[in-house]
Amino acid sequence: MNPEKVVFGFFIVLALTLNFGFFVGEMDNPAHHHVYELFAVVIVNLIATVLKFGDRTQMGAVLLATSLVAVLQLLVAAVVWTLAVHASDDGMTPTAMASIVSLSGGAMLANVVSVVLLVIETVMLKR
Amino acid sequence: MENIFFIVFRRMRAPLLSLIGAYAVAVLGLVLIPGQDAAGNPWHMDFFHAFYFVSYTATTIGFGEIPYPLTDAQRLWVVLTLYLSVVVWVYAIGTLVALFQDTTFKMAVTERRFARRIRRMAQRFYLICGYGETGGALVQALTDRDQSAVVVEIRPERVSHLRLENLRQHVPALCGDAGRPLHLLEAGLKHPKCAGVAALTNLNEVNLKIAITAKLLHGDTPVICRADSHDVEANMASFGTDYIIDPFDTFAAHLAMAFQTPGLHLLHEWLTRLPGEDLPEPVNPPRDGLWLVCGYGRFGKAVHQRLVAQGMETRVIEATPESTGVPEVGCVVGRGTEGKTLREAEIERAVGLVAGTDNDVNNLSMVMTAQDLNPALFLVLRQNLKDNRPIIDAVKADMVMHPPTIIADKIRVLLATPLLHELEQLAAYQPNSWACELLSRVTALVTTRVPAVWEVAVDAQGAYAIAEVLAGGGRVLLSHVLTDPLERTKPLAALALLLVRPGERVLVPEEDTALRPGDRILFCGRHHVRDRMAWTLQNCSSLSYILTGAHRPQGHVWRWLSPGRRSQAG
Repeated sequence: MNPEKVVFGFFIVLALTLNFGFFVGEMDNPAHHHVYELFAVVIVNLIATVLKFGDRTQMGAVLLATSLVAVLQLLVAAVVWTLAVHASDDGMTPTAMASIVSLSGGAMLANVVSVVLLVIETVMLKR
Repeated sequence: MENIFFIVFRRMRAPLLSLIGAYAVAVLGLVLIPGQDAAGNPWHMDFFHAFYFVSYTATTIGFGEIPYPLTDAQRLWVVLTLYLSVVVWVYAIGTLVALFQDTTFKMAVTERRFARRIRRMAQRFYLICGYGETGGALVQALTDRDQSAVVVEIRPERVSHLRLENLRQHVPALCGDAGRPLHLLEAGLKHPKCAGVAALTNLNEVNLKIAITAKLLHGDTPVICRADSHDVEANMASFGTDYIIDPFDTFAAHLAMAFQTPGLHLLHEWLTRLPGEDLPEPVNPPRDGLWLVCGYGRFGKAVHQRLVAQGMETRVIEATPESTGVPEVGCVVGRGTEGKTLREAEIERAVGLVAGTDNDVNNLSMVMTAQDLNPALFLVLRQNLKDNRPIIDAVKADMVMHPPTIIADKIRVLLATPLLHELEQLAAYQPNSWACELLSRVTALVTTRVPAVWEVAVDAQGAYAIAEVLAGGGRVLLSHVLTDPLERTKPLAALALLLVRPGERVLVPEEDTALRPGDRILFCGRHHVRDRMAWTLQNCSSLSYILTGAHRPQGHVWRWLSPGRRSQAG
């Protein structure tokens, strides 16, 4: 058992589950999407990305790429949230919420790809 | 190489993770801990403000308690996270600084910069492996003639020595083992502009490996190897190493040439020295009489063999005959630095002395003692170390032989002007009078300065204009090339030394020789003449002026307007 793989697997799956948790619910209803969850998703995704830094394998490079995509989408979602709450006069509108959730949905897709890749790698190692 | 990228990210993983962790904990704490707004109502800091607050406190900027003054519970949390985050920052920056000073990292950066520089080389260059005395002399000789070199050297102090050297060209140097193919590839072995490889390290095995690598990975480049033993020479020759140079044989052959055909020796000196220097004086070593050879090492043996082959009477002076061996006759045991040994070897009736030990101080001492005993002696002095030049020059020996310089010159000729090497091989079969006649013709051209020597290939690259005329069925004579393109009645101050075409090698070709496509010609002459000649070779209207005496119309319109010349121009 490789501890590095355990830690990375943990964070990448956690990123996916948290992301899913934030994503589910009515698209434009702010009550269904909590800011704490978004915060957790961002942090966990950042950690998963940094964990793949300096990995010279082909799989490592692809995983780094998918994690970077997820981080990018989530950071944009966080910025949209901040702008909606603090920089616009209307506050959090259903439109803003919908775009935040759809961004996080994109990030979730990237996280799904990461997890699928991880599973494939594991299966190939087993064989 | 992407090495640097990976080294940085690999090392920065832990600091970045701790930064993310510290920020996450601090921000989350600030969001969770209840505060108060200006009116005393309960208020929770949101993520945006918490991140803002942590950012300016962690970087020790400290704008104050924004937007509302903190409660005591918040302050307690801030105190804890402040220390945590500052420590993590120091850790991250410290790691980065340590990384930049890391030797592995520095080497990766240097190698990357070197590889990039090599990839961008636009000029033909020579790959020199080993920057010892010989490699140094070769690099100097090449750069003095505006040619590029790339050096691979294993000793860091020699590489820094190269960087301090005042060379006319920048010479990229890689500090690495030339025996490793990776380093040779990085140094541009497979680069299309790599015009030759010289293996000059001190180790025969490494030279052998360089030769094999070069032959396998880039078969067309000429490979020149230094070899100290005949075994290794045979091994190198077995897989087609182009030239193998034994420093001692080369050196002795050089000396023998000075004896046998002084004219040829002088011609060699004139054509291989740095253009623009004063022409070296001729040397005339006495051929009849007793010669003393001091030192019977590999060098002394080679020289002795040549002297005996010339039928000269010789005496060998050797301090340790039991380790070097001695010839059957004419040997004196001693160091040769004191008068007693020299007198024993009958210095009074000797005509020449070869001070050929591998110790410059002993050689000098020997020469000075010998000069006292017999002032008329012809002195041949072997110089071992380049740095001893001033004291070697001070004793005014008749011939000074610095093996690295001689080898370097030979390699430079082989690499940069292979025709000059062919000329010397052909000239070796010519009588001394032939050399003397050629010498007087060269003197007439250049008077007192060393001439420039250059090669011209009659093809689309080397002589575009001539190739065009020849392809169109025209006729160009050698005399046309040797005409001033500015004034066709004047000749250029240059001389064709050798013409090589398939199946034919003509020494000093006649001026009315007709050129053919694929000819290669070796010229010598004044330095600026080379640039002048380039006009005739490359510029169609210059050549047509020389051939016909008329200026050809340049543009399409003018060509069209002058119907009489249209056929000729087309």
